[in-house]
Amino acid sequence: MAKITLAKGLNAGLRAAMEKDPKVVIMGEDVGKLGGVFRITDGLQKDFGEDRVIDTPLAESGILGTAVGLAMRGYRPVCEIQFDGFVYPAYDQIVSQVAKIHFRSQGKVKMPMVIRIPFGGGIGAVEHHSESPEAQFAHTPGLKVVACSNPVDGYWMIQQAIACDDPVVFLEPKRQYHADKAELDESATPDPLFASRVVREGSDLTLLAYGPMVKTCMQSAEAAAGEGKSIEVIDLRTLSPLDMDPVFASVRKTGRAVVAHEAHVNLGMGSEIAARIAEECFFSLEAPVLRVGGFDTPYPPSRIEEEFLPDLDRVLDAVDRSLAF
Amino acid sequence: MTQTLDREPAADVRHRLDLLREMVRIRLFEERCVELYSAAKIRGFLHVAIGEEAVAVGVNAVLDEGDAVVSTYREHGHAIARGMSMDSVMAEMYGKATGCSRGRGGSMHLFDVGRRFYGGNAIVAGGLPLAIGLALADKMRMRPTVTVCFFGDGAFAEGEFHECVNLAALWRLPVLFACENNLYAMGTAIARAQAETDLALRAASYGIAAWPVDGMDVVAVEEAADRAVDRIRAGGGPCFLELRTYRFRAHSMYDPERYRDKAEVARWRERDPIDLLTHQLTAEGGLSAEARDAMAAEVTAEVDRAVAAAEAAPLEPAEDLERFVYTETEA
Repeated sequence: MAKITLAKGLNAGLRAAMEKDPKVVIMGEDVGKLGGVFRITDGLQKDFGEDRVIDTPLAESGILGTAVGLAMRGYRPVCEIQFDGFVYPAYDQIVSQVAKIHFRSQGKVKMPMVIRIPFGGGIGAVEHHSESPEAQFAHTPGLKVVACSNPVDGYWMIQQAIACDDPVVFLEPKRQYHADKAELDESATPDPLFASRVVREGSDLTLLAYGPMVKTCMQSAEAAAGEGKSIEVIDLRTLSPLDMDPVFASVRKTGRAVVAHEAHVNLGMGSEIAARIAEECFFSLEAPVLRVGGFDTPYPPSRIEEEFLPDLDRVLDAVDRSLAF
Repeated sequence: MTQTLDREPAADVRHRLDLLREMVRIRLFEERCVELYSAAKIRGFLHVAIGEEAVAVGVNAVLDEGDAVVSTYREHGHAIARGMSMDSVMAEMYGKATGCSRGRGGSMHLFDVGRRFYGGNAIVAGGLPLAIGLALADKMRMRPTVTVCFFGDGAFAEGEFHECVNLAALWRLPVLFACENNLYAMGTAIARAQAETDLALRAASYGIAAWPVDGMDVVAVEEAADRAVDRIRAGGGPCFLELRTYRFRAHSMYDPERYRDKAEVARWRERDPIDLLTHQLTAEGGLSAEARDAMAAEVTAEVDRAVAAAEAAPLEPAEDLERFVYTETEA
């Protein structure tokens, strides 16, 4: 079994999807000849041709809307948004067209489309290049939103998202692209796409995360274990729909929950998750559900990025506050 | 549905009678919609294209079944000229389950996949990128299909328009950009919104064939569309038609029309596309007063039937509202 990075996992997953289904086409800015800014589509145009890996002008709205037309004709377009902050020029198409056409056509037209977005910070980039817009898409009926956190999930989840008949906003933690390697068993049976997963068992508190914060939360749980605290960590993986049953089961067991994400705390995913836990697990809770996230400011310049991003200390501080409640 | 020019010359009287009938169908349908709106039978928003019928009819007359149409929120005429039944459109106006969008779309979102009518669109310029995608799909599959995209002069101010014309020109896509220049983006006159009001000139700057057309003359529209579509089908890349037209009524049912003179409207009404063709055919002896009355009576009866069917049709049950937000089979 080969050890691969997230970038390689996604690349291999895209390749597998294109080999399996000739209707899969990739489009975006510099995805072909250059292989993408983060090299996620590296080599695909060379092997599949310019008609299946389409280099586009800088026209996010045009790209997304063109993908709608392709999907109407039975294609499965995979659009790469180069950086998270570049998705906003396409926001109109995503919210007004992509998310609504199935509904508007009474189910007659499907929108099997994937919108890949490298998201989050941690690479020393600035605003428009480090953002976490997931809640804005999870808030929109008609879209599905998932976030991968590791190379193996990257490989499987991108293929599952492409196979999905609904439009999927696919979030990739860009600081993880080349960070860690994991063993990929291509013959394994993957977990379903729209399912959260317990990635570390524990009994004192439940830590909930997705994308780049899964690693931070795993490290936090490890550090807490050194102090005798048993932390359960759940990788949410799917943000719309949320898969809450494993979360409820965990919180009923631990009585405490902390949600962590890079996105701003105000009206972030953590707010919805906290509300659902309060609605379903009220009598199991020993403490209020706490949220850890980015500050409610635009993304800062790189020299103070470390202050902005929730890290091990901020997660552990919330863990301590919850346990002390 | 009228036929293509290669089978019947444009000057042929019978063919022009067909064009006239299509325009009358749209006119009488929309006039009835206005009445029904005042009677609160039709709810939501209503934008009629009375005065602009020659554009819808002339362009649709040259299309084949396999061609695609993407439209705007002022699209009743486009839908009817495309061959969608009055019954299905009127039921949609009523919000009934028998409507072309099962009552969910209403006036602004008529939709009929079977007729390759990919929707009205309430977002100005919002439909343009969809047309690019449809045309790209057809080009990749090597189908000799044309996608027509209707939009107004207001769309020229939107970035999406410029993204899309560039994409279509760059990739030489089979798209006909049918710009309905009715001189107003809602209440804003074109000269108050566009630094250069010669829209065909601006479209031509993208390296595509573009020319202005008298949008009140259905035969002129048909001839221009035919020329454009021939060129597109032959692989010549996209074309742009600036169809100069005028809406006789207000933008919507809530528009007090403070932005234009009554005299201006009256001047344009003298060029009513239905009157123009009626007078022409009458003068040539191709249309008698009896035949004209019979045509009006037949179309009125068609509208009556559509209204009666819409009145009798059921609403979609409220409990179905959550259906079709997502597909009903999991991946």
